[in-house]
Amino acid sequence: MAVRSPLLDWRDRLLDALPAPVGPLASVQERGRLALRTLDLPHGRQESWRFTDAGRLAGLSPQLPATVPAQGNHPATTARRSTLTPAPGGIDSEALLTLVIPAGSPGSDPLEGVELPPGLSRLSAAEVQQALGHTLGNTGCEHDWPVELNHASASSLVALRVGGRSRLRLALQFEAAPGLQAHRLLLILEEKTELELSQHHSAVAGSLCSLVVEAHLGRGARLDHGLVAVGTADAAFLAHLAVEQEPESRLTLVCASGGWGFSRLEPHVHQVDGTAHSVLRGLQLVDHDQLADTHSRIRFSGPEGQLDQLHKVVAAGSGRSVFNGAVQVPRAAQRTEAAQMSRALLLSDRARIDTKPELEIVADDVRCAHGATVSSLQEDELFYLQSRGIGHDQAAALLKRAFCEDVLRALPVPARAWPGLNALLQEI
Amino acid sequence: MIRPDAPVLLEICDLHARVEDKAILKGVNLTIRAGEIHAVMGRNGSGKSTLSKVLAGHPAYIVTAGTVTYRGQDLFALTPEERARAGVFLGFQYPVEIPGVSNLEFLRVATNARRQAKQEEELDTFAFEDLVRERLALVQMDPAFLDRSVNEGFSGGEKKRNEILQMALLDPCVAILDETDSGLDIDALRIVAGGVNHLASPDNATLLITHYQRLLDAITPDYVHVMASGRILRTAGKELALELESRGYDWVDEELAALELA
Repeated sequence: MAVRSPLLDWRDRLLDALPAPVGPLASVQERGRLALRTLDLPHGRQESWRFTDAGRLAGLSPQLPATVPAQGNHPATTARRSTLTPAPGGIDSEALLTLVIPAGSPGSDPLEGVELPPGLSRLSAAEVQQALGHTLGNTGCEHDWPVELNHASASSLVALRVGGRSRLRLALQFEAAPGLQAHRLLLILEEKTELELSQHHSAVAGSLCSLVVEAHLGRGARLDHGLVAVGTADAAFLAHLAVEQEPESRLTLVCASGGWGFSRLEPHVHQVDGTAHSVLRGLQLVDHDQLADTHSRIRFSGPEGQLDQLHKVVAAGSGRSVFNGAVQVPRAAQRTEAAQMSRALLLSDRARIDTKPELEIVADDVRCAHGATVSSLQEDELFYLQSRGIGHDQAAALLKRAFCEDVLRALPVPARAWPGLNALLQEI
Repeated sequence: MIRPDAPVLLEICDLHARVEDKAILKGVNLTIRAGEIHAVMGRNGSGKSTLSKVLAGHPAYIVTAGTVTYRGQDLFALTPEERARAGVFLGFQYPVEIPGVSNLEFLRVATNARRQAKQEEELDTFAFEDLVRERLALVQMDPAFLDRSVNEGFSGGEKKRNEILQMALLDPCVAILDETDSGLDIDALRIVAGGVNHLASPDNATLLITHYQRLLDAITPDYVHVMASGRILRTAGKELALELESRGYDWVDEELAALELA
């Protein structure tokens, strides 16, 4: 008799426990559930899951999805609404707006009753119908297993259009709760608009946070997106960040995550017609027996695109880090300039780092560079600090923080200030 | 300033040390009293820098024999940070660049570690900024360097000024300056030497490690020692540096050969 894998059991329990499809994403949920039943589970023979054991999801404690709230039976959250807090001075173009999105509340509208500032508007049902899934498709990840998991379970959506000529600053804080919390975010940036987006996810014991973000940047638009995700040892984070860039747009995507028992982050960027600029910064921290995986993919479909990517890892304890950085430069993408660098700081003999650049270059007139380093704390740097009276542990903490600094510095200010990340950096 | 009755700050007795399997120091003896400025000169590879690293506690340098007493205390019983907090300062020949660590924050943490050891009140951010700006003037350093990472992108001269700035903030009892003059142009040398002279007092002592007389034109030593093959071969007044400048080191080799034959 064949032995069923724990992940298969987990999936079946999840599908059985999910409430009936509800809300604006009901049809997406139905399709996602169907796909999840038929799609191969992630396993080590698939190249993209070669180093990453998704079976860890089945081992989360308490068992998921036992704590997934059924529709309407989550009194702590069903009645709660999102809150939008303008910075002192009121709602104006440069002020920071903080939107706190409560956990649970299947099918509810996170933006219901929220007054948005000029330049920021909700997408209509028709616009959602037209745009949802478009960027996932264009970045080639609409049928990835974590995306289908999100499709199957996400019942609410934050869908925003950025218009006007002012730079908007928005902070989204997603509240944590036990069980599966699936979030979907859809952003349309019109031509020459600018948005600074800080996004924060945290966890409580037994959380599984599933996130899918789609962002479409119109010609000349600019998105500065900082994502901070700080978890716990018995929580998991699965995120797809899909971005389409029209010419002359600029994306800065900075992701800093740590503390999760298991995390998988997949930024997928598509420069649809070249001459766009993408800056990617990543930092993942692993300790104890945590596993963190970043699979990024950047595709240039036109000439003169630019990429500046830096991925950093701090690995301690028996932590395991995986980075796979795909860069696709087809024939149409002449004069592309792409640079990818992966740097890892290894703090323990038991920690493990797998890092793999994956450059597919067909165009012949390009400049594409990549590199990877793995190092430990430098004895000379430690000694220099110690020779000034700074104790070994404090010196090591300063150096660890310094290693992370060029990623942290790239985060929008509100994201940098969230306390969870700093606490994590001090612990590792 | 030689005062025979001044307290001994540092006493090195028959010090032997190695790096990996290579013996570098082979019996160094040196006594430094409060108020004194000592210069150690010698060829490349004679053991000068090793001596400075051993005194500061670099983990790659292993002491195999001998003792060093610092203000009556066994120096080797202290960790590198304890030595620094107790007032031993090493000015690095090649100050280390540490990207990502703010110079200002580094200086503040280091200063407070030393102040705590001296049982002085720690300085908050504002009080420290006042102090550091005052000390910056001593080395004519641009305050913009405080906002940069430690030594990152500094020129050779700027790094050495940053070392003397640290010395000015940490107020050491014994400052060991390892080739502080290397890589300095004439103006920078004058500024750095001026800082060292300003900080010298009857209560502290300075050990200069250098190749060249030009530093000793700006900082007048009380004693000059010639080091060769891991030992101090000869000690005299500042005239010894002039002799080295005019005669070179060949005669040192001859003396060393004679010593080894004996």
